[in-house]
Amino acid sequence: MSLWSRMANVFRGEGVSREIAEELESHIAEAVEQGRDPAEARRAFGAALRTREECRDFRVLAWLDSVRADTIFAWRQFLKHKVTSAAAVLSLALAIGACTSAFRLIDALLLRPLPVAAPEQLYAVVRQGSDLVDDKPVMSTDWPYPSFRLMRDAVKGQADLLAISYTQRTDLTYRSDAEMEKANLQYVSGWMFDSLGLRPAAGRLFTENDDLKPRAHPYAVLSYDYWKRRFGRDPKAVGRTFQLGESLFLIVGVGPAPFTGTEPGTVTDIFLPTMMHPGVTRDDWTWMRTLARVRPGIALEPLRAKLDAVSYAFEKERSKGFKDETPESIERFLKQRVVLEPAAAGASGLQQTYRTALAAMGVLVALVLLIACANVANLMTAQAAARAREMALRVSIGAGRARLVQLVLVESAWLAMASAALGAWLAWWSAPFVVSRINPPDNPARLILPADWRVLAFGAALTLAVTLLFGLAPALRASKVNPARALRGGASNPHARRRLMHALIAVQVAFCFVVLFVAGLFAATFDHLSHFPLGFAADRLLTVETVASSKQPAVFWNEEADRLRAMPGVESVALAGWALLDGNSWNNFVSVNGAPLSPILAHFLEVSPGWIDTMKIALLDGRDFRLSDATPGAAIVNETFVKQFLHGASPIGMPFAAHDQSFRVVGVVRDSPYRSLREPIPPVAYVPFQPTRRATIMIRTRSANPLAVASILRREVTRARVTNVGTQLDLVQAQTVRERLLSMLALFFAAVALALAAIGLYGVLDYSVLQRRREIGIRMAIGAQAGDIAWRVTAEVFRMVLVGALAGFGVGMLSARYITALLYQVRPSDPAMLAIPSAILVGTALIAALPAVVHAVRIDPVAMLRAD
Amino acid sequence: MPKTDSLQGSLDLLVLKILSRRPRLHGYALMTAIKDWSGDVLNAEEGSLYPALHRMEEAGWIRAQWVTKTTGRRARNYELTTAGRKQLEAEESRWQAVTAAVNRVLRTV
Repeated sequence: MSLWSRMANVFRGEGVSREIAEELESHIAEAVEQGRDPAEARRAFGAALRTREECRDFRVLAWLDSVRADTIFAWRQFLKHKVTSAAAVLSLALAIGACTSAFRLIDALLLRPLPVAAPEQLYAVVRQGSDLVDDKPVMSTDWPYPSFRLMRDAVKGQADLLAISYTQRTDLTYRSDAEMEKANLQYVSGWMFDSLGLRPAAGRLFTENDDLKPRAHPYAVLSYDYWKRRFGRDPKAVGRTFQLGESLFLIVGVGPAPFTGTEPGTVTDIFLPTMMHPGVTRDDWTWMRTLARVRPGIALEPLRAKLDAVSYAFEKERSKGFKDETPESIERFLKQRVVLEPAAAGASGLQQTYRTALAAMGVLVALVLLIACANVANLMTAQAAARAREMALRVSIGAGRARLVQLVLVESAWLAMASAALGAWLAWWSAPFVVSRINPPDNPARLILPADWRVLAFGAALTLAVTLLFGLAPALRASKVNPARALRGGASNPHARRRLMHALIAVQVAFCFVVLFVAGLFAATFDHLSHFPLGFAADRLLTVETVASSKQPAVFWNEEADRLRAMPGVESVALAGWALLDGNSWNNFVSVNGAPLSPILAHFLEVSPGWIDTMKIALLDGRDFRLSDATPGAAIVNETFVKQFLHGASPIGMPFAAHDQSFRVVGVVRDSPYRSLREPIPPVAYVPFQPTRRATIMIRTRSANPLAVASILRREVTRARVTNVGTQLDLVQAQTVRERLLSMLALFFAAVALALAAIGLYGVLDYSVLQRRREIGIRMAIGAQAGDIAWRVTAEVFRMVLVGALAGFGVGMLSARYITALLYQVRPSDPAMLAIPSAILVGTALIAALPAVVHAVRIDPVAMLRAD
Repeated sequence: MPKTDSLQGSLDLLVLKILSRRPRLHGYALMTAIKDWSGDVLNAEEGSLYPALHRMEEAGWIRAQWVTKTTGRRARNYELTTAGRKQLEAEESRWQAVTAAVNRVLRTV
């Protein structure tokens, strides 16, 4: 209680002192009233001020009071140097905001434990192997259900295995087909909710009994988020049904509020039992992840070995049925090893894609923060020099060393806190902004970004660290002031102070070089990818995904296409199994001209006659498909196919076989990327349509915005259902979302880092000229040339720039190894990648040095020597 | 500096004791009370009385109240709290023990 009231009294300001003074005054008045002589009474009282101060020390917390006084003093200092304070706060705020933002993203995607019971017991069961084509190590997270079932039985009692499918955005309807809507579906093991310790918000959740027999449990559980968005938390949603494909599902319950699935980056809308997935009995369909909840006290390695053995036996048995694969590829396939990866934060594709990217970004913003800190430290050091007399005065009237350190640190804390407040605002909107840039068509990433105690704690720790980082050195230096010397007029050792500032410049330049270098690598990567020769024209091209109620022959699809050709604004229409670069793929080993299966996979895509025209892919040889062509039968192949399999033989008429179907090459077209811009263009065979439920209609429009015709298009497609409308351009750009984001952010931070370093350099040079103006005056008076002066002023700093750049070069080369996965056709050791940042740095340094040099050369020796 | 050192260590005890008998006294009255009741032997200095009062107030042994006197002047009156009453008991028995011990020493030597 006492401590509390003493703390409270600190903030009553003058009230406490006034009260004590009044009491003492009242004492003397009382004495006078009792008949004592006023002067005598006052004399007898002694030093009233001293008594008052002694009383006050009991009433208030002395150290807190001193902090309060320092805080007020620091605020006045802050206002006195408005421009420098604002510059310092702005640069720090940018850096702190960026760091907090990066932390929010990294935390939300990679660190934050799932809102389930004991998340630390969760592991993702994955397979590590090497790529079938090149030998690169690959990690696969997907499993076939029968294998999962065997593994689950094998480790019962030690770990609970959960099957959780990838979320898929699918069409469903609560009423009629006309009112189709999309939702993120996820098939999960019935026992998942129990195992994760989740309780329903409404209705009930699945149990093991909801996941026993294939196709026997048409039940659904909604996520709380979806329940809120789609049904406004209507309790009557439980008990409603929806149509999904051919089945009618009954909603039985709603999951708990914080749980949005186990894939950070995707919010699951509807959970279904795994038994309702069409692939649940297929041993060749991998459609789900396996998570393991390992019981406490169970050793991981024996568990892993057991899972490995079961998985190996399963795949070995399955491989006996492989027909189209070479013995080597089967052997390589079987070499996969089961690995357990900690998954307390869940497991998602977004994690895999952005783990390194976010880490790289985090390091970049941390470097920017350090550069900003070095800047402010230099600023504070220069300011402390100007305030040496003030400090000396404080020491002479009895301020202790600790008290001076406290004073300067409180000033730093002001700067840091003002920056943190501004930075928090920056982080508030910038983190969601970055997430909103990760938006593949139709499936934007939704990352839950809570601003809770984790983020607050990070922000507070960062602010404290920043305060100490830039405040401690100037504070210690200020406290070492020698009062006798400082008050006499001679500054305390200026060389030591300059050495500190120069060292900070070297550090800044080194970090700046690293940031510039990495930004250059990212920018070059994005540049390479966005100027990738596509082989087709992506503009004005609409992709319309359609699905029919049952398998339909090519004729059916061609009639649909014909109707669209008659639409106004349409230039040409063709059909394909799917649009290039939308992520789908179909591959097989092929046997050319009766030879044994080749070790390299060929990719396939079903297309209609006219597709190569609509796509504007160049026909190099032979002819396009005719309506009479069919699969098996005719095929059009790309250049890589010819190079890979035909070895220069005349391609037209060449027979090949894949998966028991034989084809004959009728045409050759120019190479186009197939599934991804980043993988080498594979050998591709385009083949005519087989009866199918799904097709993508490719429409080349006349108007620049292909989506303009999308609205009338749904009416024209009558016999099949349109499930998705997009543009080919979006698909192409989606390929470079990460690279665009990385290069955009990296370039932005590079610009900030460069600006900060330039300001820092300018500040230090200006300060040293100011300090050495008398020396410069004398040198000029005895005949030094302008060039000589300029050299003297800048030589030391440029030496530091050089040292910093060299250090940055080394660090950059070392760090580049960690980001090679993010680069495309860019070598960190490429001289251009090193020359550009070096040139930019040197150029910036020269420009930053110019004002100080001009200032130095313009010094008038006569005026300077007369001064003081 | 204090004329008599005799109060050393016993000021708290005296103030608490006086306030337990006569609640609501201001500083000047307390000072005169110490002087009068001790038969002019003990003399509390203003320079030590007021800091002691504020210290005891922050410790929660006594509480203060401003009252306006008939002359229109305000005075700060002190009274004992429950914690102060306990403190008085403790100080009193400690004082008894110490003086008894000192007396014993004086007798034996």
